[in-house]
Amino acid sequence: MDNMNLPDAEQLLADLTEKMRPDVTKNTVLVGIYTGGVWLAERLHQTLECTLPLGALDISFYRDDFSQIGLHPQVKPSNITFEVEGRHIILIDDVLYTGRTIRAAINELFDYGRPASIRLAVLVDRGEREIPIAANYVGVKIVLLEDKMLALEQSNNGKLSLSLYDKKSSG
Amino acid sequence: MNNNPQLNKSGELQHLLTTEGLPASILLKILDTAESFVGVTERDIKKVPLLRGKSIFNLFFEPSTRTRTTFEIAAKRLSADVVNLNIAASSQAKGESMLDTVNNLSAMHADMFVVRHSQSGAAHLIARHVRPEIHVINAGDGRHAHPTQALLDMFTIRRYKYDFHNLRVAIVGDIMHSRVARSQIHALTTLGVPEIRVITPKTLLPAKVERLGVHVYHDMKQGLKDVDVLLMLRLQNERMLGARLPSPEEYFKNYGLTQEKLDLAKHDAIVMHPGPMNRGIEIDSAVADGKQSVILPQVTFGIAVRMAVMTILAGN
Repeated sequence: MDNMNLPDAEQLLADLTEKMRPDVTKNTVLVGIYTGGVWLAERLHQTLECTLPLGALDISFYRDDFSQIGLHPQVKPSNITFEVEGRHIILIDDVLYTGRTIRAAINELFDYGRPASIRLAVLVDRGEREIPIAANYVGVKIVLLEDKMLALEQSNNGKLSLSLYDKKSSG
Repeated sequence: MNNNPQLNKSGELQHLLTTEGLPASILLKILDTAESFVGVTERDIKKVPLLRGKSIFNLFFEPSTRTRTTFEIAAKRLSADVVNLNIAASSQAKGESMLDTVNNLSAMHADMFVVRHSQSGAAHLIARHVRPEIHVINAGDGRHAHPTQALLDMFTIRRYKYDFHNLRVAIVGDIMHSRVARSQIHALTTLGVPEIRVITPKTLLPAKVERLGVHVYHDMKQGLKDVDVLLMLRLQNERMLGARLPSPEEYFKNYGLTQEKLDLAKHDAIVMHPGPMNRGIEIDSAVADGKQSVILPQVTFGIAVRMAVMTILAGN
C-alpha cells in the first residue's frame, strides 16, 4: 500500500463515530493518546456531544523502551482533570499496531484511579500485535509492510489525513 | 568531541554538575520535561515506572535535610531505589577517602550518584572517576554550583513570568559565598534574561563578578527599582564569624526584604528564596508569607525538576 491508496482519515473518523455512538452515554469519558489520538478525541468529543471533560495522555513516562532509547524528545503533560475512579473510559488512538502504547496508557490511567471500564477506539488497526490487546471500535483494518510507519496528520484547518513513512528515515 | 565533562559524545547530558556552559536547548528540555512531572506529583498515585530497578545513591558529605529529601522524593516518584548516605557521619569519620566510598558503591551497581560536598569540584571529581554508565548530579559543591536549585528557580520564573527575554532579575544577599547565585547567573544568562542585578554589601561581593555580565548594586532602593523577579539568598550564620557583617540587625536594616523595600520593585514582582529562610535577617516574615512570595511553589516544582534531570540523565 502506498500513500495514494491509503484510506481517507475523515471518512474513517465518520465511520468510527457511528460505531461508537450507540455506546456513548453522558457518563462516558473520552481519553486521547498524544498526538493523533488527542486530535481524534477532540473531534469525537464534539460530534458525540460528550459532556464530561476530555482527557489527554502522554505515555512517555510509561513506555517500555525507555531503557533502550531514553525519554521521548517531546513530552507533553497528561491532562486528566476528572475523577478516574468508577468511570467508563474510551481510550482513543490513531493507529493500533504492537499494542505497547495501549498497555502503557492503561497503566497510566490506573495511576489516576480505578476505572469501571476501559474500551479502546482506533482509527486504523494494522495488526501485528506483540501483546494481547484488542480494540472495541475500529475505523478500518489494513495490512502494511513491516518497514512502514503509518501516521495521522492534521492540517492547519484541522483536516485529518494518513501518511506512510519508512521507519528508518522517520525514526 | 567536546571538553564539557557534563556532555557525552553526542552532546547529551551525561552528568549535571553546573549550569555553566550548558546550552539553552538542554536547560529548556529539562524545564519542559519537568512540566509533565508537575502533573504526576498532583495525582493520587504520584509515581511513574521510568527508573524502576535503578539504584540512586544520595551521597551527602555535607548535611542537608531539604535538598536530600527532595532528591529522595524525586527518585522514589520515578520508582528508583534510593539509598541515603550521610557520609560525614560514617566512612569519612573512619578515614575512607571520597573516591574509595564511590568505588565501593559502584561495586554495588549504583546507577546514579547525587553528591553534596563542602568542597568545590567534588562532584566533578566523582564524575571523572566513575564508569561511563553511571550518572552524577551535583547537589551543591562548596561555593561553586547548585544546578538543580538554579533550574527549579528558572522553572518557577517561567511559570509566573512566561518568558525570560523581557525580565529584570535581582539576586539579593551573600553573593560571595553562594553557589546558588553562581548557578542562577549562568542559567539566567543562557536563557536570555537581558538584565541581571546583584544587590549585596561590598564585603559580600566576589571579585570580578561583573565579568559574568551582571550589574552590581549596594543599595536596595536603587537595585530593586522596576525588578520583575527577586532571588533572595540565605545569609549563612557561619559567614558572620568572618566579620564581614557588623550584625544581623544591621544586615536586615539594609538588605532584609521588607514589604516597603519590595514595593520599589514592579507591583507584580515575585519573591523567591532557596530555603531554609532566616526570617528577620534576609527576609521579613510578612514578605516570606505574602502574596508575592512563590517560595513554597519553588519547593513543589523542585521535585518535578529533579525528576526531569534524573530521567533525562538515565535516558542518555
